Amino acid sequence: MPTFVMTEKCDGCKGQDKTACMHACPNDLMVLDKEKMKAYNRHPEYCWECLCCAKACPQQAMDLRGYADFVPMGATCTPLRGSDNIMWTIRFRNGMIKRFKFPIRTTEEGTAEPSGGFPADQEDLNSPALFTEPASLLMDEIPAPKK
Amino acid sequence: MPLNVETVEVTTDLLLVGGGMSACGAAVEASYWAKKHGLKVTLVDKASMDRSGAVAMGLSAINQYLGVGKGKNTPEQYVDYVKQDMMGIARDDLVYNIARHVDGTVHLFEKWGLPIWKDENGEYVNEGRWQIMINGESYKVIVAEAAKNALGMDNIYERVFIIEPLLDGDRIAGAVGFSVREEKFYVFKAKAVITCMGGAVGVFKPRSTGEGLGRSWYPPFSTGSSAYFTMKAGAEMTCQEVRFIPVRFKDAYGPVGAWFLLFKSRATNAFGGEYMVERKDELKKWGPYGQVKPIPANLRNWLGMLDEFEGKGPLFMRTEEAIANLAEAYKDDPKAFKKKMKELEAEAWEDFLDMTIAQALLWAATNTEPEKKSSEIAAAEPYFIGSHSGATGAWVSGPEDIAPEEYQWGYCNMTTVKGLFAAGDASGASAHKFSSGSCTEGRIAAKAAIRYIVENNEQPNVDMAKVEELKKLTYRPMELFEEHKDFTTDPEVNPNYILPKMFMFRIQKAMDEYVGGVSANFTTNEAKLNRAMELLQWLKEDSEKLAARNLHELMRCWENIHRMWQAESHTRTIMARKETRWPGYYFRADYPTLDEENWKKFVNIKWDPNTQEWEIIERPVIDLLK
Repeated sequence: MPTFVMTEKCDGCKGQDKTACMHACPNDLMVLDKEKMKAYNRHPEYCWECLCCAKACPQQAMDLRGYADFVPMGATCTPLRGSDNIMWTIRFRNGMIKRFKFPIRTTEEGTAEPSGGFPADQEDLNSPALFTEPASLLMDEIPAPKK
Repeated sequence: MPLNVETVEVTTDLLLVGGGMSACGAAVEASYWAKKHGLKVTLVDKASMDRSGAVAMGLSAINQYLGVGKGKNTPEQYVDYVKQDMMGIARDDLVYNIARHVDGTVHLFEKWGLPIWKDENGEYVNEGRWQIMINGESYKVIVAEAAKNALGMDNIYERVFIIEPLLDGDRIAGAVGFSVREEKFYVFKAKAVITCMGGAVGVFKPRSTGEGLGRSWYPPFSTGSSAYFTMKAGAEMTCQEVRFIPVRFKDAYGPVGAWFLLFKSRATNAFGGEYMVERKDELKKWGPYGQVKPIPANLRNWLGMLDEFEGKGPLFMRTEEAIANLAEAYKDDPKAFKKKMKELEAEAWEDFLDMTIAQALLWAATNTEPEKKSSEIAAAEPYFIGSHSGATGAWVSGPEDIAPEEYQWGYCNMTTVKGLFAAGDASGASAHKFSSGSCTEGRIAAKAAIRYIVENNEQPNVDMAKVEELKKLTYRPMELFEEHKDFTTDPEVNPNYILPKMFMFRIQKAMDEYVGGVSANFTTNEAKLNRAMELLQWLKEDSEKLAARNLHELMRCWENIHRMWQAESHTRTIMARKETRWPGYYFRADYPTLDEENWKKFVNIKWDPNTQEWEIIERPVIDLLK
């Protein structure tokens, strides 16, 4: 099943009303079994393999097993997402390992300011200018077609 | 009703329906103008904003960046590119409007924290003329953060699936939907609504039908909700026939853009032949569009398809050759060569890891090292998407300073229904806006919607009797299940109802076989389309028998009702356009050629909520920038 939860590692996010994976999944596939306090992917055939769940899991209890109807077994592709980068460990079917690390953001989490620091002083609701323009275009005025 | 469902009423000024790139753009822009005018903005998302929409997984490139301020390109050039790629059918005014604003939105992304690749001079690294490379794993998280900071969490409703519009006469009055997690029915009353619920996936039978059903190129959770919402409100739709078929790495649908554009890779067939070279003459059949550079996406598809039809597949992306060519310059310096190879390897893997992780896993599972071995590419199944090289969506009013009167009836990006706006995949005839242009279009629509509210500042009436009716309709699948579940010993097989998964398969099979899906070689004709219509009518009747065992399955029921409407409007417009204009997207065997004289126009379609009749409306294609 596309993403899966390792029984031993999952702690059900310690009994909060929703787990990190439930919060993340864009297709609402992750569910917490409240009796076992373990999460699971309820419909693997609807899983996009976006790994939003695995990236969000605070216990690294989730991993990816390729679609069983076309992916040969044995490979893994595991993310470890930090605050400013993501590390990937890829294990080939033949055992070869590759590791990659990529930046994911340049600012501190939570600090995205809507205007991006561009002067946001537009007053005219009737002009084509969006609220950060023309400054955010790095131009003096908004382009208009030559008549 | 089997459930004790609470009704939650939310009254607002502007309602943003959806949480993806266009909704986030709308949230950021609307918040600014709303604050100035003392208005309230509310956003409702089927998922959670951090990871909702088509950019949920991330992206490895921003596909629309012009660099106008840096003197690199003009919006006019972008319009020309898009119009040619869409075989002459596009709205110049809408494409221009997005193109003139998009750079500013990309500059905001960078300020918000998105890492954009830079060269030694500090300039963005272009993948192709219009595309720039990013480290985009957290692209959506970052954009959503700005949107949430603008709106405030109190104004955001997550895990609420909007299913129907509310109308007050000819004006939008809000929307209803349900929580997919709690027993709560939501009624949003609003003066204006922006539709941002994405495109449609899963309307056609996919190539992988087992567990890999979820491995669609576009996300499986984009289920035609935008098209349904605007159509049910009575809005005129455009380009509903202009589906998109991406050619991608086979099975896992990894992106090919970086390989073709950045790495300059060739694609060859089983015999080493290059269809783009060998089939050059075929391009002459497709009017002026066959002669432009870059060659339109659907024609590139078509040449590859012709190879496949003749048994010359598989087609391969020659990754090993491309990497060797790029490293060639360093061959006399072993140290530099090794470094370059390492760099190219990381770039190749990041391209997949940022946006199609399944493809990275497939490479690993098949021991594929791209520098050593080619990978198969193939045409995927059809998708409905107004933001890529497809054009489905609502027919929206153009920008005041650009649009001719045929394209303008009020506020920018407003549909033909008063107060109802559309952006991103929800608005049609403005292809190639991608992630950045969709976010930009959300901003454009938001400013116009606030202006609409300021100038039409009264709360529309919401008929609460109608709301009660909709509530009953919403939960009918759960009621039906409760009523009949004990009749058989197996809940999956019961003559009194149909479960949403099988209902989806019925849509997919009808569309695949009769409306030009994968198994029909993307080919159809009038007799097949008529058969599809017959099957779709029975399906529509049977949609009243959809059953759900829980709230999650109730979401699947409604997603498939939305898909069904996308399917029907698509079939009707393909039927109306009596020519073949986009042969690599679909081929009409009964009208196998391009007919510029009669069909260089929009074929729009509208469903009337009062008469419940469909109407085809032809609209002119106007060249504004020639």
